[in-house]
Amino acid sequence: MLETNKSIAQKDFVLSIEGLTVSFDGFKAVNNLSLYVEEQEIRVIIGPNGAGKTTVLDLICGRTKATEGSIKFKGTELTRLNEHQIVHAGVGRKFQNPSIYEDLSVFENLELSFPRGRNVWGALTFRRDAKVVAKVKEIADMIFLGDKLDMNADLLSHGQKQWLEIGMLLIQDPELLMLDEPVAGMSVSERKQTAELLQRITKDRSVLVIEHDMQFVADIADRVTVLHQGQVLSEGSMERVQSDPKVIEVYLGH
Amino acid sequence: MTKIKDFIGRYQLSHLLILAALLLVVMPLAMDIFRLNLVGKYLTYAFVALGLVLCWGYGGILSLGQGVFFGLGGYCMAMFLKLEASSPEHTAIQSTPGIPDFMDWNQLTALPWFWEPFHSFGFTLLAVVIVPALFAFIIGVAMFKRRVSGVYFAIITQAIAAILTILIIGQQGYTGGVNGITDLRTLHGWDIRTDSAKYILYFINAFLLIGCLFAARYIIKSKLGRLLVAMREREDRVRFSGYDVSSFKIFIYCIAAVFSAIGGAMFTLQVGFMSPSFVGIVPSIEMVIFCAVGGRLSILGAVYGTLLVNWAKTSFSESFPELWLFAMGALFIGVVMAFPNGLAGLYQSYVEPRLQRFKKTAEPLAPESETEVLTPEEIKPKQHAKDTESAAGEYSHAGN
Repeated sequence: MLETNKSIAQKDFVLSIEGLTVSFDGFKAVNNLSLYVEEQEIRVIIGPNGAGKTTVLDLICGRTKATEGSIKFKGTELTRLNEHQIVHAGVGRKFQNPSIYEDLSVFENLELSFPRGRNVWGALTFRRDAKVVAKVKEIADMIFLGDKLDMNADLLSHGQKQWLEIGMLLIQDPELLMLDEPVAGMSVSERKQTAELLQRITKDRSVLVIEHDMQFVADIADRVTVLHQGQVLSEGSMERVQSDPKVIEVYLGH
Repeated sequence: MTKIKDFIGRYQLSHLLILAALLLVVMPLAMDIFRLNLVGKYLTYAFVALGLVLCWGYGGILSLGQGVFFGLGGYCMAMFLKLEASSPEHTAIQSTPGIPDFMDWNQLTALPWFWEPFHSFGFTLLAVVIVPALFAFIIGVAMFKRRVSGVYFAIITQAIAAILTILIIGQQGYTGGVNGITDLRTLHGWDIRTDSAKYILYFINAFLLIGCLFAARYIIKSKLGRLLVAMREREDRVRFSGYDVSSFKIFIYCIAAVFSAIGGAMFTLQVGFMSPSFVGIVPSIEMVIFCAVGGRLSILGAVYGTLLVNWAKTSFSESFPELWLFAMGALFIGVVMAFPNGLAGLYQSYVEPRLQRFKKTAEPLAPESETEVLTPEEIKPKQHAKDTESAAGEYSHAGN
């Protein structure tokens, strides 16, 4: 059984999580969770507060260490790697609150995320050459900040900061992009733009999104996973999940 | 918080050259050798303050134990000089001739093994740099790999400074104890106590400091400098952008240690002794004050701040010796509350705009003196109001 799972994981799934458990002083925030993400899929994770959504992302990107279980990304076991090694493997993660460098300009924010010169010597000898400038401009245009390259990042609006952080991930060109509430705190028009942005950037990669805004979820999701008390409650298309009595129970019954 | 980038952008070569001229031409011409030697001594502290600008100002790593590295560098140099001063001819009256006098007093009959290599000047020069760097590396790996930071790191470094002081004082036979290593005379037969030697040592010291300033400037202007700022603000984001944060912290901490050690070695050469009173908690904190007064984001400010505070210390403690420590404490609190960017911040807010206005009227359309590598940000409009507003908040996050 395990063997067949492994071969499936290597063949079809970018990310395969199996039997994942993390326990904080006995409290199992994620409990025997299994989740498979296909190539170029947009998967949205929803669930009530405390369901373990953010913890799952923390586990994948190495911020939290799993108690049990395995996370395989293209055949690489992530649970044994450090955070920066997981990034090098091709996983990018956006935090819930915009996490950008406010002391630096938009350009510098993107430049620091450019995947070159990532060790001490590389950073000392890094040159801002034409290739870097071109890539930064390309990404900045994509995230609607093309005319704000010289602006200090602390002067951006909340929505623009969210975009900047998405841009910082895009410039790394990850194969798996994880976004924690990308449209939280955004205006209606910003939400629309973000949905478009996500549609565009998911052409060559898989995306794992946590989101509460159901309209936004319906707009972008290929498939939806509902988490409840650290376990998968339901999985499938948005319609299927919405009509699942267990999901209705969890969302309305409590 | 635009000012951090302003600081980076404004490390114009011209400011560095002015300082170089001041140190190499003006001071030697204007002062007698006694005063110049005193300035030379102060400048050895500037190495430490410069290291603190890098690791505290930029990296956000507050070390309250930089005296450790100053001391290690100083002791390495002092051990070499002491061995030369303890030749069998000079120490014929001792019960064991050929070992340093303090060892003889402490009933040691042979030179301890770790003193042996310090007969070689080449080894000593290497040791001045490598011993503190290695020590900093070990502390760095032990602390930063475990993600110890902020106040905890500051306290641990302070404890290390206290421990090393106690160790030096306790092991009197090996280290010279509380008196330190004194009565140093010659370097390869060259008497370092003469006026001409003091002049030469002053210039070597000044050149080394300017060299370190250039090295620091290079680091700040490189991507590593921007990464340090980024790390100080959003360590997690840097980590999840694929950087091993601890390796950068270890690197900058080691650089700060090496700078401090060079200062310590030059101190020994110019002042003629080394003692635990330059290793412990008080001198380590004094170094932080020099750095804060100069402006913890300004490599040049570190030098000016050190000179100014030490000049004040010398003049003040001549008349009110018992009040100096209080004055120093008050100065630190005052600077932190009112001018978190120190002298450099004041210069930037008040002097430079005026200079630029003056420049503009004097020579319109002056060409840029320095060509930069594709810098997108041009000179930004000043934000005085914002500077003072964010001042207090910014300081508090430096300790985190």
